[in-house]
Amino acid sequence: MALGNGKVPGAPRTTELLRLATAGSVDDGKSTLIGRLLFDSKAIFEDQLEHVEAASERRGDGHVNLALLTDGLRAEREQGITIDVAYRYFATPKRRFIIADTPGHEQYTRNMVTGASTADLSLVLLDARHGVLEQSRRHAFISSLLRIPHLVVCINKMDLVDHDEAVFERIVEEFSDFAARLDVTDVTFIPISALHGDNVVDRSEHMPWYNGPSLLYHLEHVTIAADRNLSDVRFPVQWVIRPQSDEHHDHRAYAGQVAGGVLHPGDEIAVLPSGRTARIAAIDDGAGTELEQAFPPMSVSLRLDAEVDVSRGDIIVGAEDPPAVTRQFEAIVCWMADAPLRERGRYLLKHTTRTTKAQVVRLAHRIDVNSLRHDETATELGLNDIGRVHLRTGDQLAVDRYSRNRSTGSFILIDESTNDTIGAGMIVAAVKQSP
Amino acid sequence: MNAAHFELSHLRALEAEAIHIMREVAAELERPVLLFSGGKDSIVLLRIAEKAFRPGRFPFPVMHVDTGHNFPEVIEFRDRRVAELGERLVVASVQESIDAGRVVEETGPRASRNRLQTITLLDALEEHGFDAAFGGARRDEERARAKERVFSFRDDFGQWNPKVQRPELWSLYNGRIRRGEHVRVFPISNWTELDVWQYIAEERLEVPSIYFAHPREVFRRDGMLYAASDFVELIDGEEPFDASIRYRTVGDMSCTGAVESGAATLEAVVAEIAASRITERGETRADDRVTEAAMEDRKREGYF
Repeated sequence: MALGNGKVPGAPRTTELLRLATAGSVDDGKSTLIGRLLFDSKAIFEDQLEHVEAASERRGDGHVNLALLTDGLRAEREQGITIDVAYRYFATPKRRFIIADTPGHEQYTRNMVTGASTADLSLVLLDARHGVLEQSRRHAFISSLLRIPHLVVCINKMDLVDHDEAVFERIVEEFSDFAARLDVTDVTFIPISALHGDNVVDRSEHMPWYNGPSLLYHLEHVTIAADRNLSDVRFPVQWVIRPQSDEHHDHRAYAGQVAGGVLHPGDEIAVLPSGRTARIAAIDDGAGTELEQAFPPMSVSLRLDAEVDVSRGDIIVGAEDPPAVTRQFEAIVCWMADAPLRERGRYLLKHTTRTTKAQVVRLAHRIDVNSLRHDETATELGLNDIGRVHLRTGDQLAVDRYSRNRSTGSFILIDESTNDTIGAGMIVAAVKQSP
Repeated sequence: MNAAHFELSHLRALEAEAIHIMREVAAELERPVLLFSGGKDSIVLLRIAEKAFRPGRFPFPVMHVDTGHNFPEVIEFRDRRVAELGERLVVASVQESIDAGRVVEETGPRASRNRLQTITLLDALEEHGFDAAFGGARRDEERARAKERVFSFRDDFGQWNPKVQRPELWSLYNGRIRRGEHVRVFPISNWTELDVWQYIAEERLEVPSIYFAHPREVFRRDGMLYAASDFVELIDGEEPFDASIRYRTVGDMSCTGAVESGAATLEAVVAEIAASRITERGETRADDRVTEAAMEDRKREGYF
């Protein structure tokens, strides 16, 4: 296999970070595509390649099996399957990429949800010979559910359909019909051949009818800065910094990662759930510098101009557009445990930096991830099921709709007896409470 | 509002993520500890800890698992760096584990204390009651690590079970453990070797001198260069010679290979790493060469 196109991996320091999620099974060419991106950006090293060549030879694969690059665990190599989320890294002079690579089968829905939860962009791979399969629809649905802002549909193996524009157009139409039922705003279709490299890094000569960008060009240029919520200030407090040393006797700062909005010294804020207000006196970077502003996803600490009671689990918010403070809300939950979620089930719930008790009040419906149909007769959510539930919590929480803010709109459910993470939730609406 | 004004470079985004992870551990676990080897990755961890908790003290001590086969330059650097920070250093000694009969030293020309470290580490975690240990492992280092979570739960034998890992969603880490269990936490999981060097350059962090090109007496074994030292027996035919070398990783003198290099400054090192076609472990670590799944097997036994 050819090694690269001469791109320098030593990316300049001003590059942006883009997180992308892929999902797919062994035979749709996903491994080949990832291998191609890694090769051509020189993120695969010679010793890794030698290792894969030797392993392929030993297994009698008959070709350099790029799946062995990503399948890192003994059981995966032995069984030829991918059982978990694998993270891959590559860089071009424009961007640094993190790929969360997940298996595509239905029994791995929870892995897909995990990989998708932090992604800026989702890559869905279709085989040009087979068109839109159930699995592709599922990937697209999960991408939209987790509100990955950008969806890229690669129609792969175009070489096997004679690079035919009509085939491409037919699949685009079919997928678009389906996507219209989803909540996706930015969909890009790219005809590729991962094996031969057509439209992966460079534009293909075999498909002159295609005027769009190559995949890598698109990944390097898609605008992601605007995806963050920069209007509503959200700052979940993780840790209170109180040195109590002679030098910093009265220093009291609230440390956290900005989850929304832009903060400046002098801004008026409120602390939720208490609702007390103050102004930001200073923003510290932890290295001795006071900052003029802080925005997502910066980790900073805030000093306030007034003595207000603030502790871990509180959220500092702006004066405008505060989140709902509530003990009850509706959410879409992806279930990740063998023991099913049932009505009246009790769990721990972690929302931002606060962990509280929670109970399922009602299971509204289960969603069929293939047909998108809602089953309102469902009485439980099994492993990998997704459904809408009504929850109530022990503590008051300051929540946003997930569609408004992925940080303050999400939570995990924890089994108190095993300590396992058993569910992932996205808040749809706060439920009005009688006082 | 123009969103382009609020862009963060990839290094600053990775830094912010690592700071967040460290604070979550400090808040949710009882007795964390930060493992510091004197190597570049744990140097970055110390910097992240400063940014997470200053002007306060670190809410955890710093611990070094000392194999007794370390480079003297690294031990000197370790002591100086921790003293500058004014934090507490705990040293867990492999030599003491050997003396106490907890482990048996390997013998022969290829003997290494690498495996023995695991017992010393587990003993130290137990002795001090540490329930969380920060490590500088990165997912780009090795295939098994690529699948390990940021929070890697270990049973009371320190074992990693790759098939039952907790899902990690958004930045919501679940740090709950049972008595006797502990968690290894890798705040720079998503960094690459190049990111680490670029960060060191950008933050102007000091690193041990062995990372820069220097003359040293070395010998060649299995295609790699090793320092001639009291810790290694030479095999027939191995002849020490002088070369200009530097280290890409910091481990034991007995199993850490050097690379021939003239890179004497941070900028030259960053340029060399950017152009490298071989991974740092492939180039310099004999410990990963044993079997195809060497790292996975050692992790299952409680290694980092």
